[in-house]
Amino acid sequence: MDKETLELMTWLIPVGPLLSFFLITLFAKHNKTLSAAIAWAAVFTSLGLGWLVSFNVIGLQVEDMQNGTHELRKNPVVIADSEAWLPFQPEIENWLNMGVAVDPLTAVMLFMVPFAVTMIFIYSVGYHNYGKPNGTHLGTPNHGKQEPLFSRFFAFMSLFAAGMLTLVVADNLLLAFMGWEIMGLCSYLLIGFWYAREYDPDPKNAQKLPPRRASIKAFMTTRAGDVFMLLGIVGFYKLFGTLTFADALSAGSLIAAAGTEYSMYGMTFDGATWMGVLGILIFIGTVGKSAQWPLHVWLPNAMEGPTPVSAVIHAAAMVSAGVYVVIRIFPLLAVGMEASGNVSLIIGGIGAFTALMAATIAVAQDDVKGVLAYSTISQLGFMIAALGIGAYIAAAFHLITHAFFKALLFLGSGSIIHGMEHGAEHVHDHHTDPQDMMNMGGLKDKMPVTFWTFVVGGFALSGFPFVTAGFWSKDEILADAYYQISHGHGVIPLLSTAIFWMLAAAALLTAFYTMRQIALTFFGEPRTPLAEHAHESNGYMIWPLRGLAFFAITAGFVGIPETFPVLGQIFNYNFFHHFVGETIYETMKVLYAEGLVAHDIITLPFQPFPVSISIGVALGGLGLGWLVYGVRPLKEGQADPLVRVLGPIHTFLRNKWYWDEIYSFFIIKPVVWFSEYFVYEVVDRGVIDTILHVVAKVFYAIGQFLKRTEEIVFGDAVDWVKDMFLVMAKEVRILQSGRIQEYAGLTLAFTFLLTLLILYVLPILMQYLQ
Amino acid sequence: MYIEQFVFFILALITLLSGWFVVTDRNLFHAALAMMLTFLGVAGLYVLLDSGFLAATQLLVYIGAISILIIFAIMMTRRLMKTTEPAYNSMWQGALLISVFSGAGLVYVIVQVFGMSNYLQKPDTSDAVLNGTVVTLGEWLVSADHLVIPFEVASVLLLAALIGSIVIARAEK
Amino acid sequence: MIPLSWYLVVAAALFFLGVYGVLARRNAVAMLMAVELMLNAVNINIVAFWRYVSPEEPLGVAWVLFVLTVAAAEAAVGLALVISVYRSRDSVVAEELDSLKY
Repeated sequence: MDKETLELMTWLIPVGPLLSFFLITLFAKHNKTLSAAIAWAAVFTSLGLGWLVSFNVIGLQVEDMQNGTHELRKNPVVIADSEAWLPFQPEIENWLNMGVAVDPLTAVMLFMVPFAVTMIFIYSVGYHNYGKPNGTHLGTPNHGKQEPLFSRFFAFMSLFAAGMLTLVVADNLLLAFMGWEIMGLCSYLLIGFWYAREYDPDPKNAQKLPPRRASIKAFMTTRAGDVFMLLGIVGFYKLFGTLTFADALSAGSLIAAAGTEYSMYGMTFDGATWMGVLGILIFIGTVGKSAQWPLHVWLPNAMEGPTPVSAVIHAAAMVSAGVYVVIRIFPLLAVGMEASGNVSLIIGGIGAFTALMAATIAVAQDDVKGVLAYSTISQLGFMIAALGIGAYIAAAFHLITHAFFKALLFLGSGSIIHGMEHGAEHVHDHHTDPQDMMNMGGLKDKMPVTFWTFVVGGFALSGFPFVTAGFWSKDEILADAYYQISHGHGVIPLLSTAIFWMLAAAALLTAFYTMRQIALTFFGEPRTPLAEHAHESNGYMIWPLRGLAFFAITAGFVGIPETFPVLGQIFNYNFFHHFVGETIYETMKVLYAEGLVAHDIITLPFQPFPVSISIGVALGGLGLGWLVYGVRPLKEGQADPLVRVLGPIHTFLRNKWYWDEIYSFFIIKPVVWFSEYFVYEVVDRGVIDTILHVVAKVFYAIGQFLKRTEEIVFGDAVDWVKDMFLVMAKEVRILQSGRIQEYAGLTLAFTFLLTLLILYVLPILMQYLQ
Repeated sequence: MYIEQFVFFILALITLLSGWFVVTDRNLFHAALAMMLTFLGVAGLYVLLDSGFLAATQLLVYIGAISILIIFAIMMTRRLMKTTEPAYNSMWQGALLISVFSGAGLVYVIVQVFGMSNYLQKPDTSDAVLNGTVVTLGEWLVSADHLVIPFEVASVLLLAALIGSIVIARAEK
Repeated sequence: MIPLSWYLVVAAALFFLGVYGVLARRNAVAMLMAVELMLNAVNINIVAFWRYVSPEEPLGVAWVLFVLTVAAAEAAVGLALVISVYRSRDSVVAEELDSLKY
């Protein structure tokens, strides 16, 4: 395909869903079938366009592979097209350009995002019980009935997809930020989709926020990160004079910027350190969006949204967008890391800590979606930790594979909940929580497709060796960390050691809680009548599960290292590594030669130790989980065996390390006290109101004086004028006779007189005046 | 060229005299017939001005169509057309006064501006040019450089008038 | 040997006959007839000017054609209005149609 067509197609990728949002909102909101059809048409269009563009770029790499050349790395931005943004004063230098760009990194995202979104759109139709009788409760889940706000759901989901696709194809930071914020808005709207839902004040639900409040929490928390990100964008523009990735992050631009000194508030930075600061600022945005500690608290509550929302926003797309943006600006970050070890420490430390902490919390959760929520936080921590030690490709690889298997797991959990809700309808039990894994058990035979796909997703998440995608991506992160222990310099070896062991521990826990989840949900005997009467979901829901399961396995095979024994020889080409590596290969090489970054794109040698560790933790964790939960399945009413083993630690984990309580005590309560007592009582009512009251009294007195004056002086005069006009009007109104001929006659007469005036009287007058 | 002047006088006389009947005759039907005569006189004036095409158009449109339309309207409202009623409204004296004054003023201006000397004679245009007028006109009416847009607007106007008059005159259901 | 002003004077006379008719007749149909007289007077003017000033270009003739068109449209709509008023008010006397009076 020629370049213009590809450019046009890239532009059009986000347009379909955007159009779909407006069409559904404006025209289709009363027709559920039409809404779903519009949304489907939009995402299928995006899928088609996205894959066409993606495969065109992948095709270039395939050519390189066959010819043994490296053409792509010389010109990694294959598609780029931009227009001046609001060109009112285009003569200003460095005017902002808005446009699209596709390089290998974008291409892999364009492969994953539209596919995941499409699968989830298909799934949503079934999830909202399309075709069943209409539910009547607006804003709460309607078990077994068709969602009454069906059209609204698809409108929001379409807008979300438009935002995500915009972010992926954006060629500059500002457009990406716009997509980012659209997603933030949609996240808020969709988490709060069941806005009227309330939980009864059962102590068991004490930690659950209703969706309305969860949506506010998510929005406010991510906002805290976004403010810093916006600051980072402003600084980025100040530093490079442009926001376009390809221009700003080219080797020349980075070298020039790194050599300049910047003064701020009397402090002087060299450019490279300043880049580290910018990288951290933008990274804080990611901390919010990708739910890293300390801004991770919103994501578990975000599970209050419908499950497709959790799958698309809080697993596959939006939270990955945070990591994606950091990967995008990686060259900037790499320069910053080399200039100051603190940058690495912050990013890598936060990632590794989040990965381990979230994994420990996930072990003690009973909510089927809660486990997955913490698992998502943990896996995103893996990616961030990888970025902290410069493992750019490993992070991108894990991003892609994680999106596939985590979307699969979320959709599977939605299917389980759906089945459980069906059981609840059947036995008329509306008090048992259908999301609590303690209430499940034995679903293996009742929901076979869900079971098998969930097992595939779960094993991919655990990193089950050799066949699942998760193994290859997680192994690459561990291998990178291990390699940096011996090859890094500065703080890197220490950091890498910590990251390596923390991630290994997190991976062990991951495998453990995954097996715990599978065993509690699917094995043993049903522990409640709900589970007993559960049954398989409809075709809309299970076909997307199969589609995602396919990629949860195969997505890993594109990234098997050549050096890996046996399998490496079979595949003989680490396609993902080379492909995504080409994006910044030349840039990093030049920067490395200048001594600005620690290393360029490395192809790792085979290291037996990290591989055996990653195989060991995966199998060990799964085996441990099976020993605890699988060999003797839980009986009805039996407590979790971990409670006995871990004791108070379990309570600590179950309560999520008390982060919510800590934030509540140290941040929310002081802020509320400050605003309620100090700002409201003292400042507002005490100081400002007093001033206002005095001012008001003064002006009231002036007003009273003016009023008297007006009454005496003007009142009568105005009345007199009014009376005069009334008299006059009575005289003049005869002209309004309503007879057309009189009007015409008067018109003619006055025209005649006016003509006379102009032709004869005025000249005489003028003469006289002169 | 006394013959031409003579013809002009005859035609002007016909036109103005029948015009007088149009505005004064108490019987509307007679007035309409007088109006047709006026139109005929105007058509004659067109011939005198070397525009046979317009004279023919005048005959077709005014005498053939508009007059008939008016006669129809007169007949449809015939019940009210009593010859005993006054033909004029209450302000007819004023109307006469203003018309006479304005007309006199206009004639005065015409005589002042053109006098009797300017344009004493028609320009000596060759017959070929005059005969070709209709051909040129036809080309102009469909040529994008000249009059095709007014022409199309006129056709839309006619269509609108057609539909509009049907809608207005249709009996209420 | 007819000077241009002769035509203009005849046209002016016809025009003000029409004006008088419009202003003075009671019957709305008669008013419309007078309007037609005015339009004809204008046409005479246009044709006369065309013939005496620029007979090479048929712009004057075209102009008259457009006036004819407008006249036809005016007659049709005007008479439709008269008939409509006649139906609803049972009158075609212009003086009596004064519902827009103050």
